[in-house]
Amino acid sequence: MSALLATRGLTVSIAGIPVCRDLDLTISPGERWAILGCNGAGKTTLLHTLAGLRQPAAGTIELDGQRLDAMSPRDVARIRGLLPQDDSDAFGATVLETALIGRHPHLSRWQWEGDNDLRIARAALAALDIAHAESRDVRTLSGGERRRVALATLFAQEPRLFLLDEPSTHLDLAHQLALLDRLTALAGGGAERAIVMVLHDVNLATRFCDHVLLLDKGEAIAGTATELLTAERLSRTYGVRLSKLAGPASAVFAPE
Amino acid sequence: MTRVAPAPAFGLLAAMVLTAFALAVGVGSVALDPATVLRALAGDGDATARGIVQGLRLPRAVAAFATGGSLALAGAILQVLLRNPLADPYVLGVSGGAAVGALMAMLVGAAAWATPVGAFAGALASTVIVFVLARGSGAWSPIRLLLTGVIIASGWGALVALILSLAPETQLRGMLFWLIGDLSSAPAAWTPLAILAVGTAVVLPFARDLNALARGESVAAALGVAVTRLPWLMFSLAALLTAVAVTTAGAIGFVGLIVPHGVRLLFGNDQRIALPASVLTGGALLLAADTLARTALAPSQLPVGIVTALVGVPVFLYLLLRER
Repeated sequence: MSALLATRGLTVSIAGIPVCRDLDLTISPGERWAILGCNGAGKTTLLHTLAGLRQPAAGTIELDGQRLDAMSPRDVARIRGLLPQDDSDAFGATVLETALIGRHPHLSRWQWEGDNDLRIARAALAALDIAHAESRDVRTLSGGERRRVALATLFAQEPRLFLLDEPSTHLDLAHQLALLDRLTALAGGGAERAIVMVLHDVNLATRFCDHVLLLDKGEAIAGTATELLTAERLSRTYGVRLSKLAGPASAVFAPE
Repeated sequence: MTRVAPAPAFGLLAAMVLTAFALAVGVGSVALDPATVLRALAGDGDATARGIVQGLRLPRAVAAFATGGSLALAGAILQVLLRNPLADPYVLGVSGGAAVGALMAMLVGAAAWATPVGAFAGALASTVIVFVLARGSGAWSPIRLLLTGVIIASGWGALVALILSLAPETQLRGMLFWLIGDLSSAPAAWTPLAILAVGTAVVLPFARDLNALARGESVAAALGVAVTRLPWLMFSLAALLTAVAVTTAGAIGFVGLIVPHGVRLLFGNDQRIALPASVLTGGALLLAADTLARTALAPSQLPVGIVTALVGVPVFLYLLLRER
């Protein structure tokens, strides 16, 4: 199957500090990637570059076989979606209105959201267990509930490539697991979707991801979870001695 | 949140605009009965009535509507773009620059037509200065633009104070009226209305993009909004609308800040509804305020800026309190 996202010689830096050099990365449908690294390693910058929101210092990115920088923003938005790290709401809007914004790239300039869009947005809200709040003002929701609305907006966009910046932040444990299970199911074996998420919790990566992109002192190392999620490798990246223990569902890393 | 459905809402707004126009051409210091007014509008009847209705009241009503609509539209655009409910059309320093231009023209005793020309030149100059400085060498950001506008505006404020302190006393009253906002000497009526119509037509196709932009720049970019080009187009449009409004009627406050808020509270924040509703509400509000300003203490006329502030503040506070 052809790659959903491919980079060739990708070099990204932020304010002169390198994030990655000469990265060749291929993300295929059905894959679940975790981007891991210390604070300030450039995880968000790299994610935004892959999304086409900022220009790389060098190299090319192809989305679904086309040069990303040659595509119109709308065409890009019909293939990949992005959950930014944090969003604030300056103005009031209902939960349903907010989720409907996700339909933007699928509507032509003068088109209004139709029944089909409403159905998709409501299904997304239900998937994130926030459908009961559909007519509430987003500003009255808790941090975790808002995060679920933002995720529902992304789901309503129906992208094939999900780029998520710390999707589980603010979520309680049950909703974290439910979300990641759902994402895993979306990008399951044989699926046409792929997910790439910036994660802080290494143990979520071991449990839910099959590929890892490790940002380590200006270098990006890409590989399978089995290759890269080892105690030695992660100890070096995070600068903390970690041990790998057997957990009930997957291995867990704990500091020594 | 309870909101008014779009169709009845626009019916109500249209009725509001028509009522405001009817009052504006029907009421004044010379009493004319409705039949005479209608005949005069149609171009019949006696010459005095025609002169009053077609020559005085109608152009002034059109100028008031265009000014109010432009300020409200500019305010609605800027609040979304800067993602700041406190932004108003003057945030780019437009009114300050226009004031300095207009007062300079008055101070040197130039011809009457020079005042609006000075105002327009000042408004555009200020906008360009703010844009150039806010862009600087780094990336553009709403906060930087907001701060630059505020600082430049206070600079203009100092120049206004300087001009006022140098001006001979005979000119102070005219200058004061200009600073408060006054429609009694609007230089043009139909041109501002045409610019407002074009401006509305330019912004409406992008209303859903603005909805996405209101959620944040990354969200909008991820949804395929042209987040570098669209803000510039919208800022330029807001600056032009404000410059035209200031040139027409001086620095009228509150309309551009309060009308978009009121509209949001009543109709929600879908820009496809909020933007045209702001145009109609702002136009009708300023039209009604101006009719009140020239009739409340007739035969003396108040600057309309006083009325918009006196009416706008309690109405806005009521809407805000009702929201909880």
